[in-house]
Amino acid sequence: MSEMLSATFITVFIATVIAQAMPLMLAAVGETIGEQAGILNLGIEGVMLIGAYTGFVVTLMTGSFWIGMLAGAIGGVVANAAMLVLNVWLGLNQIVIGLAITLIGEGITSVLYLQNYTSSPASLGAQPRMPIPGLSEIPVIGPALFRQSGIFWLMIVLILVLAFALARTSWGLSTRSAGQKPSSLDAAGGSVMRTRSTAVILSGVLVGLGGAYLALLTTATFSPHLTNGLGFIAIVITMLSRGRILIVMLTSLVYGLAVAMGPALQVIGFTVPADIIKMLPFIIVIVMLIVFARSSVVPPALGAPYTRGAR
Amino acid sequence: MTTTATSDVISLRGITKAFPGVVANDDVSLDIVPGQVHCLLGENGAGKSTLISILAGMQQPDSGTVSIGGTVVDISSPKVAVDNGIGVVHQHSTLVPAFTVLENLMLGDGGVLLDEKRATRRLEELAGLLGVEIDPHALASDLGLGQQQQVEIAKAMWKGSRLLVLDEPTSMLTPQAIEHLAESIARVKAEGLAVVLITHKLREAYAMGDCVTILRAGRNVGHISTEELATYSEQQAQDAILAAMFGEDIVAVGDEATELAGATEASRETAAIDFASRPVRLELRGASSRGAGRDVDVEDVSLTLREGEILGIAGIDGHGQNALSELVAGQRPASTGTLVFDGDDITRSGVRGRQRLGIRYVTDDRLHEGTVGSMSVAVNLVIKRIGEQPFWRSGRIQPKAVDAEAKRLIDEYGIRTPSPATRAGTLSGGNIQKILLARELTNGARLVVVNKPTYGLDLKTVHLVREILTDFAAQGGSVLLLSTDLDELIELSHRIQVISRGRLVGSVVNDGPGTAEKVGQYMTGAIEGTD
Amino acid sequence: MKTETSSALVQGFVRSVVPVLLALIVSGLIMLAMGASPLDFFAGVWRYGITGSNWQRSLALMSPLLIVAIGIIVAFRGQLWNLGYNGQYLLGAVVASGLGPILYAVMPAFLATIIVFVVAVLAGAVWSLIPAILKARYGTNEIITSLVMSFIAIGVVNLLIKGVFKDPGVTTPQTTVIPEDQLLPYIPGTEIHIGFLIAIALAIVAQIVLSRTSFGLRIDIFGASPKAARHVGLNSTWMVVLLFAISSGLIAFAGSVDILGQFTYQRADWDPRYGDAVMPLVFLARFRPVAAIPFVAFYAVLATGGTLAAQQAGLNVDFLFVIVGLILLFMTITEYIGNRRALGQSYVPAGLRRTVLQPFTRTSERTSA
Repeated sequence: MSEMLSATFITVFIATVIAQAMPLMLAAVGETIGEQAGILNLGIEGVMLIGAYTGFVVTLMTGSFWIGMLAGAIGGVVANAAMLVLNVWLGLNQIVIGLAITLIGEGITSVLYLQNYTSSPASLGAQPRMPIPGLSEIPVIGPALFRQSGIFWLMIVLILVLAFALARTSWGLSTRSAGQKPSSLDAAGGSVMRTRSTAVILSGVLVGLGGAYLALLTTATFSPHLTNGLGFIAIVITMLSRGRILIVMLTSLVYGLAVAMGPALQVIGFTVPADIIKMLPFIIVIVMLIVFARSSVVPPALGAPYTRGAR
Repeated sequence: MTTTATSDVISLRGITKAFPGVVANDDVSLDIVPGQVHCLLGENGAGKSTLISILAGMQQPDSGTVSIGGTVVDISSPKVAVDNGIGVVHQHSTLVPAFTVLENLMLGDGGVLLDEKRATRRLEELAGLLGVEIDPHALASDLGLGQQQQVEIAKAMWKGSRLLVLDEPTSMLTPQAIEHLAESIARVKAEGLAVVLITHKLREAYAMGDCVTILRAGRNVGHISTEELATYSEQQAQDAILAAMFGEDIVAVGDEATELAGATEASRETAAIDFASRPVRLELRGASSRGAGRDVDVEDVSLTLREGEILGIAGIDGHGQNALSELVAGQRPASTGTLVFDGDDITRSGVRGRQRLGIRYVTDDRLHEGTVGSMSVAVNLVIKRIGEQPFWRSGRIQPKAVDAEAKRLIDEYGIRTPSPATRAGTLSGGNIQKILLARELTNGARLVVVNKPTYGLDLKTVHLVREILTDFAAQGGSVLLLSTDLDELIELSHRIQVISRGRLVGSVVNDGPGTAEKVGQYMTGAIEGTD
Repeated sequence: MKTETSSALVQGFVRSVVPVLLALIVSGLIMLAMGASPLDFFAGVWRYGITGSNWQRSLALMSPLLIVAIGIIVAFRGQLWNLGYNGQYLLGAVVASGLGPILYAVMPAFLATIIVFVVAVLAGAVWSLIPAILKARYGTNEIITSLVMSFIAIGVVNLLIKGVFKDPGVTTPQTTVIPEDQLLPYIPGTEIHIGFLIAIALAIVAQIVLSRTSFGLRIDIFGASPKAARHVGLNSTWMVVLLFAISSGLIAFAGSVDILGQFTYQRADWDPRYGDAVMPLVFLARFRPVAAIPFVAFYAVLATGGTLAAQQAGLNVDFLFVIVGLILLFMTITEYIGNRRALGQSYVPAGLRRTVLQPFTRTSERTSA
């Protein structure tokens, strides 16, 4: 293997890791914000699909990836509205609502896609690149890291801002207390309902963005059941990260690494069955759950609707 | 930001609040004056907590008004209460255990960024005012109960307060910590703040209060003004308060009244026994427990409990009482040590095996552990004998046999329920406790572990429960009584041992005055340093 | 007393049927919005699901659905959210489709069928061990673990079908077709295999066990409060493992029955996702196996007729999941309104009135003279 080839190989490999990790990272950060505020959203598989589909359709219509991402975020918020109204406001069972959102999200995106795009499968084409002057010239990692789309950078900034906000702002403290002990927030004069509502909407934005990123930048197309369980992996990552967004980012990269291994091995000459590549993330996740079983701590008030005065 | 002290009087007028089936507050009026400690007295269920919830904005009254300095204020949410300078220390902690002291205090602050510097300054200011020391970076869950309470008081006064409300602040404190609290209250009062102190112990009201209001069945049944209280002797105050607290019931309760109301120092009520002549029923030898949760486990516990003896275990809540009860009941395995019951090693036997031997357990979590609220009273009464004759035959339930047993126990223990088929969760706390006692003490009980048996009950049921326990002991039963109520322990126990951080740290024979002080010394000595 | 129970029955009926009706109405509206005709769709459901001998196909579909429903009920009654049903079902199916042909070649059909069933149940039970043990030992959320195990099971099943169990005679990855005479027999005079009777019998047995026996009471206590279960002397670790094993064993059993009664072979990447469809129905049946029968029958007709009807209406079969999801949503809403009415409360919780209906009133202080 020539030196040039192996350099290109590593470049592609790193780019693949990032492309695979980003949708998961966004979804898991979204789920983290929800869980920190006390809402376990099992519907994020469906929310991601809706974000992915709306992002895909709007990008096709407008030709702009940026507007597509925005549409994905809006799609995510709309999909999460069911959780907002039925769980946060009315206090109904989160598990049931979450599953309903997943089923409806899967069903409706699949039906709509097959109805509208089966005759002429559409691809979105290449993403707009935003090479960073200087850095993108670095051999091997330059093209992989610093020739990403501007969307990538915006997402990274968004996640870092949220990480900071969750730890250092009054909003973050209120959000965390809503998941730890909502009665404390209430007694301190905060509003549990408003805090949780904000968290669910924000969570919808991020999960929707995750879905849109998957469709627009990672795969450059949509297909029914595109996420294939990615939403559930995001939930596990969230559980294992205990609300720390930097850990969410790291574990998402580990996932990206695992997924990128398949094609990479293929290049080197090992043929790995597609089924194993599909299973691998889940196997890694279950092994992580077994190894870190003790430390997968969730906020104490997770899943519990809050009623003032009820103990 | 400083403590705002104003001369505005807070007036409650005609406060009425009803819940389905009970009127919690019935036309209650009272005035809270700055620079005074206003004591609210009354037994459990008299409506004290509801009144406080209304002041705190957690509940809204059906009718009546709250006004501050003559202006009517609609306290529609806790935020309004906080904005008006009403700070409440609730009976149940409102601190977030996973947050630091500082984070807990900053919760609810405005602004975008958390201002740690300003918060630290404010904390120092308040700590100085209260005369306490608080580590701002300690996790709330790592604090002792007394310190947690200090943080709660600081939190209540955080945004500058005119009124500090303390809901049953002494119920979980050691005698020494209660003295600390009294000092802090005095300092707050001296700053010109109004203080409302809720208690069901008469002697605390007399010691700390400037004036007293007594609630009974939701009504304001008596008020002793500052001037009156100043002129009364302790005995006169006591008589006036007792008459108001019990009303006509004072005849029925009789001499018990003073003790139930915590008016006097408690003393033992149970008949003395001759330890030497009684065979040992239960013996723990160096036993440690191994629980799954984050609960405190017991370590290296050794104790003996004799026939007919009531052995009290004193300690601050959460110091291993659950582990000790569950260890004896068989719900939690022993990691080391042995348990011997009537001469037999029972270390390896489980809940049901011990149940058959006559070891019973009345848990403190009556609603979620002791009973299954969604099931009938009848099923709850036989729930520990699932699958046994005559209630089950070859696996199938025999409704007639279950019903007959339920009716017998309902009569014997005076459980007030519409029918045996009523769901247990709909009964009152007192009746649920009677279900537990009926179930545990029937069918060959020889030893019963009772954890906080009267917590949250009304005085009549408290009296009944204590009677049931003393009767059980008088007939040769053994009782392991775990309680956070020192008066209760002194009234019932022959001996009292003190538990702290999962270890037994001292033993006191309860045979005269001074027991409370000795027990308290063991409690503080082990927990908060000897001071 | 009698009128009370009958009104409770009426209320229970309303709470169960209303969500289904609302879901059908709303899904009809969605169809309209997508340019498909809901009338054509529902007419098609009737035609292909009931008329002629189509009802027999619906009843045949009931057998796996009902057994899956019982499996889910056993776990849900104990408050264990076993959502790994898709994988568990496929594991049971692949035991029948892969191991079946091998066994039928060397032993009498009756014996082979018994062995297939036993192995299928064991496979399902063993697969549930990881979620069960993690739940019992560390309290790890079983929803997530069972789902993740389900995705792994789907992968394993596909590998098996493409590997050791692949029929070498055909190019598409699928298992060997099991011959007619070795399949489960039909109920005489019909084309419904006896799996239907097995399912009905299982529902009745499960109903009796759950409601009348000490074991059923133990499950209910455990479901109501694990703390109470421990207090009563139940071994919670054992309980979690046992309930998970029964639940997923039953679901795997449904898979094997379906292959031996209906499909005769299994293709790679085939996943009927019966569990997703059945899950809302067990809620509507309030976790009672016998009460689940009519709901499962309804869905069997909807699914049998709906597959063809959807194609004719220009929709994809996945539309059924939209209907199922809507049933779930309307179920929670109906339940909520029903509870509020029963308590005589306002439909809108107080906290919501405060926060949402007046979100911009910053000063809630109102002063009066």
